[in-house]
Amino acid sequence: MLTLECPYCGVMADETELSPGYEAHLKRYGPGSSDEEFEAYMFARKNPKGVHFERWRHAYGCGKWFLAARDTATLEVFGTYPAQSSAPPQDLQDKIKAKRPDWKGYK
Amino acid sequence: MANPVAPWGNAQFDGFAKVTEIGPLGMITLRAKRDVAGLEAAFAALGLTLPDPRRIVIAGDKAAGWMSPDEYLLILPYGAVNDALASLATSLAGQHHLAANVSDARAVFRIEGDKADQVLKKIAPVDIDTLAVGELRRSRAAQVAAAFWKDGQGYTLVCFRSVAGYMMGLLSHSATSGSELV
Amino acid sequence: MSTRLSKGGRLIDRAQAVEFSFNGKRLRGFAGDTLAASLLANDQMLMGRSFKYHRARGAVASGAEEPNALVNLGRGAFLEPNQRATTTETFDGLEAQSQNHWPSLEMDIGVVNNALARFLPGGFYYKTFIHPRAAWKHVFEPIIRKAAGLGPAPKEMDGDRYEQAYAFCDVLVAGGGIAGLQAALAAAADGARVMVLEQTPVWGGRAPVDGDVIDGMAADLWVKTAVQALEGMPNVTLRTRCMVAGVYDHGYVLAEDRVADHTPGDGRPKKRLWRIRAKRIVAATGALERPLSFAGNDVPGVMLASAVRDYVVNWAVSPGDRTVIVTNNDDAYRTAIALKEAGLSVPCIVDARAVANGPLPTQARALGIRVETGKGIAKVKGTKRVTGVTLCMQAGEGAGLEDIACDAVAMSGGWSPVVHLWSHCGGKLTWDDAHAMFRPDATRPPISHDGLAMVYPAGAANGALKAAEALVDAALAGASAAWANPIAAAQADMREEAALEPVWIMPQGASYKLRAKMWLDYQNDVKVSDVQLAAREGYESVEHTKRYTTLGMATDQGKLSNINGLAVLAGALNTDIPNVGTTTFRPPYTPVTLGALAGEARGEIFQPLRRSPIHAWNEQANAYFEPVGLWRRPYCFPRGGENHAQAIEREILNTRIGVGMLDASTLGKLIVKGPDAGRFLDMMYTNVMSSLGIGKCRYGLMCNENGFLSDDGVVVRLAEDTWLCHTTTGGADRIHAHMEDWLQCEWWDWQVYVANVTEEYAQIAVAGPKARALLEKLGGMDVSAEALPFMSFAEGTLGGLPVRAYRISFSGELSYELAVPASFGLELWEKLVAAGADLGVMPYGTEAMHIMRAEKGFIMIGDETDGTVIPQDLNLGWAISKKKADYLGKRGQERSYLASADRWTLAGFETLDGSVIPDGAYIIAAGVNANGQGNTQGRVTSTYYSPTLKKGIAMGLIKGGLARAGEVVEFTKLGASPVKARIVDPVFYDKEGAKQNG
Ligand SMILES: [Zn+2]
Repeated sequence: MLTLECPYCGVMADETELSPGYEAHLKRYGPGSSDEEFEAYMFARKNPKGVHFERWRHAYGCGKWFLAARDTATLEVFGTYPAQSSAPPQDLQDKIKAKRPDWKGYK
Repeated sequence: MANPVAPWGNAQFDGFAKVTEIGPLGMITLRAKRDVAGLEAAFAALGLTLPDPRRIVIAGDKAAGWMSPDEYLLILPYGAVNDALASLATSLAGQHHLAANVSDARAVFRIEGDKADQVLKKIAPVDIDTLAVGELRRSRAAQVAAAFWKDGQGYTLVCFRSVAGYMMGLLSHSATSGSELV
Repeated sequence: MSTRLSKGGRLIDRAQAVEFSFNGKRLRGFAGDTLAASLLANDQMLMGRSFKYHRARGAVASGAEEPNALVNLGRGAFLEPNQRATTTETFDGLEAQSQNHWPSLEMDIGVVNNALARFLPGGFYYKTFIHPRAAWKHVFEPIIRKAAGLGPAPKEMDGDRYEQAYAFCDVLVAGGGIAGLQAALAAAADGARVMVLEQTPVWGGRAPVDGDVIDGMAADLWVKTAVQALEGMPNVTLRTRCMVAGVYDHGYVLAEDRVADHTPGDGRPKKRLWRIRAKRIVAATGALERPLSFAGNDVPGVMLASAVRDYVVNWAVSPGDRTVIVTNNDDAYRTAIALKEAGLSVPCIVDARAVANGPLPTQARALGIRVETGKGIAKVKGTKRVTGVTLCMQAGEGAGLEDIACDAVAMSGGWSPVVHLWSHCGGKLTWDDAHAMFRPDATRPPISHDGLAMVYPAGAANGALKAAEALVDAALAGASAAWANPIAAAQADMREEAALEPVWIMPQGASYKLRAKMWLDYQNDVKVSDVQLAAREGYESVEHTKRYTTLGMATDQGKLSNINGLAVLAGALNTDIPNVGTTTFRPPYTPVTLGALAGEARGEIFQPLRRSPIHAWNEQANAYFEPVGLWRRPYCFPRGGENHAQAIEREILNTRIGVGMLDASTLGKLIVKGPDAGRFLDMMYTNVMSSLGIGKCRYGLMCNENGFLSDDGVVVRLAEDTWLCHTTTGGADRIHAHMEDWLQCEWWDWQVYVANVTEEYAQIAVAGPKARALLEKLGGMDVSAEALPFMSFAEGTLGGLPVRAYRISFSGELSYELAVPASFGLELWEKLVAAGADLGVMPYGTEAMHIMRAEKGFIMIGDETDGTVIPQDLNLGWAISKKKADYLGKRGQERSYLASADRWTLAGFETLDGSVIPDGAYIIAAGVNANGQGNTQGRVTSTYYSPTLKKGIAMGLIKGGLARAGEVVEFTKLGASPVKARIVDPVFYDKEGAKQNG
């Protein structure tokens, strides 16, 4: 039963107000993409033990999708930020790097 | 044309708090970004004030609530909705927005009494003790979506029309005398 | 015998006698008693039978850790099985029944198991399951079923009320002993919101029983003062009878509040489940005393030393007249002293240690109590009640030195901190060799969302077993948890105690015969010999041993047996306890009643029931409802003595020849508006929606990125920049979320807004050759074929109500779907019913709708689709734009196996004999597959008796599809010969569409 802060409305939301949307920062591959690209887009997921970037929707709240950086093993939440981000904010990346020196980056 | 029917027949329940289905109220969902030109004027034209995030501004029988960064809930008398929609269309002409009548898609309840807060404490994963007057909170009431806010006398709760009966049952169960949170 | 003492009892009110019954016998107790105390006061030592061997059992403990004294409480709708007598408060009128015995508690047939005990060793269940199977089915299972099990499940619906409530705090203190109260005082000092929850009805925990002196006051007085101070703080909430059941992610805590367990019928909820979000948690949960493993340690009358002390001091109940103490530590001497001070006899303290010269042993000797060091108990005499013990050398093999007559044994194997709450969310433990216990490892706490420690152990739960240490520890824990300034801790008088000496088996060299009588897990009947056998059989992991022997798997979850079991396993494996490790502690700490977990969700509000604006009318019209998501939709409307099939046939025929009405309000309705709305819908749908003319309707398909069909519906163009998308009933919320997902997360620069107006409108389908006539009778807008042609819409009024009328048809008939604001839905429906009376209008339900669409060859999401079907499979290629560069699912559909000519595609089927193909039937192909199963070449997706065509019709997917039209294939039919059917065009009715277009 996680709590995540919605970056849009500022509510520290109980997990029961949220719906999950799995891995964040996937690049969409549509018509014209290779089988490998499409397969990676549809099916290849990192599923790491450790730092992970996820999509969450404040479904019972403001209805907005947001992204969260979280440690899947300790459940520490490093930060949340709007879904309209093609990469995690730099300060968040710096924070994670400081806390998890072995982290290889979000890509 | 006959009068519109409240989804649950304006039911009432008297427990340690009083639960009443009110309405139907006029309600408009307005989707627009805050920086849309003329937004404040559009509110003003309706006698409303643009609310800050997570707030609801009440003015007499009208109110405007912040629902998300690009969504507002306008509340006004049921019969005033069509004029208000026309007014919004004029005020926001040429600006990207969506205004829809949702008066009939909602059920509205009042929860009143000294211990009205306890009714909400039983159903929503929300820190009711820190809910400020005029704060609009969208959340979950047991198994359904709901929005509620506190004013001087109690709380107003809005949910979808189809679950009005469920909501009335839920609120009544929670307000049953003898089940006060002590 | 066990009896009530004439004096004392800090928790009872002798002025308030209460009457209760046990197995029908009327007994008396006092207010403040637990049921176990009341029973002991009435010399009812025998309280139950063990699970496997049905051995006679009495209470061994005085609190939540009790494994034996489980009873049924109440009766009928108020029956509660498996309640611990040690935590149940005695109230006037309480009814308790012992359980797990047959035919009676005193005379149990199942006790014959004792003789068979050698044949029911550890792993018995697993071994029996393996072979022979027939023996299990016919011999073991029937016998075990009769003999095993705890209390019976209640047969009636629970007559009590339950509820849940949410709470929020900065610091939640679990436990209201002196450590919990001290931690709360420290946490609250700077204004933090603090909740203190205590599982028993009283504050103070063990300190008052142990006679501690705090800040110069008797512990009782200090506790009272501390509670008063906390009650005076507006930022503190105190609750007794509230057990913290579990600690979960990010400070989520569940606690069970026994609101009215002890006052049934007073109108309050029986229990309330608190769902608490705490920033930090202080686990001041104390410690539990461990039993010692000696032969016969389960005979009624053998109890934990601390429990004996509790019964004497708290409830003025003596478990026995003559109590032998057996211990490996100084603390148990307190029990001897307490008994002596109560005027009872303590014939001997048997101390396994070679020396016992600390202040407590010295005090005991000064009271004239005999102390035998270096000794152990070889065995306990008696079956239903202790009659004596045989002493032996602890270092020996159990040769009897002396028999001592006694009727109670108080045992102490040392103390284990209650680390459950620390461990629930991943807090790690460290082995404390000096005290032979696991305690929280402060360097590896469970953490919260901010990466910082979430649980702070305090006092005995942190291994600080003595009051003086516990208070210092708790003051620090409380302040740390609140991130507040430390406060000075209360001072308790320090009393020296000598170190304990770990004793895991008594005597050390006990024979098999003795070890087979040493109970570890009382409730599940797991003995020292069982764990040793498991080790010999190769079970090295404690988790495996636990499951193999069922050690710690009873309702007490091994509170008493855990450490002793680990130690025995470690000994058998010749290693240290830390190497064996602990089993995982999982919530709840003690069982939470299912009623509390369900809370308010039962009966009418078990789950939200979504009602359409016409629901009440449907109910009155005798609708048989079917669930569609959370909606209840009328499946059919039986009249007179009709069965469902007859009603459906009537509804269909009436619609085909006259006019019918369907409540279609549940269909999803999404407004999509903005400069980029057309472009957006072209991505959402497989067909082109941007080109749809204003005022026109178009059937559209939605796929997921995999290419599979996920929803369908009619799209309407309302204005230049505005569309209305209809979804399936089940799809409204899902498709709304799907659209928002793409708009917010992928194309966030596109200017499109979506509003879900599903519930704003009631929608009524009026279908049949007389549909137009009916609408015209209502009067209002022009509904003629010219003004309102097929696949168009118009706005106006009907019967004076504002409507939007769509000329769309799912039945194949001339059809109008009328959308009206929900508040007027019922009114419009009733006007239509009234106006249509002489046209023979009748409502029809979802099954008639399903059959009529199947007659017409229309697909249904969820019937023809199952998440693996693409539109092309359903011959819907016409609804897939070839011109569009992209739409959701386009790339997915290009994958080789989805583009393959071998895919099963849609066709219609007509049985040769007119029968109906069974649901789920497969189409048989020649040969068998690698597993020897018959090959298939397709399957049925929709199959009905068609009232219109008077025969069985079906749609299905078949390899080769409609290209094989005319061929006869065979469908499987369970328990019967296959059904022969001809492949035909799936449009069985009005192929030209003259009716719907009319
Ligand atoms: Zn939000």
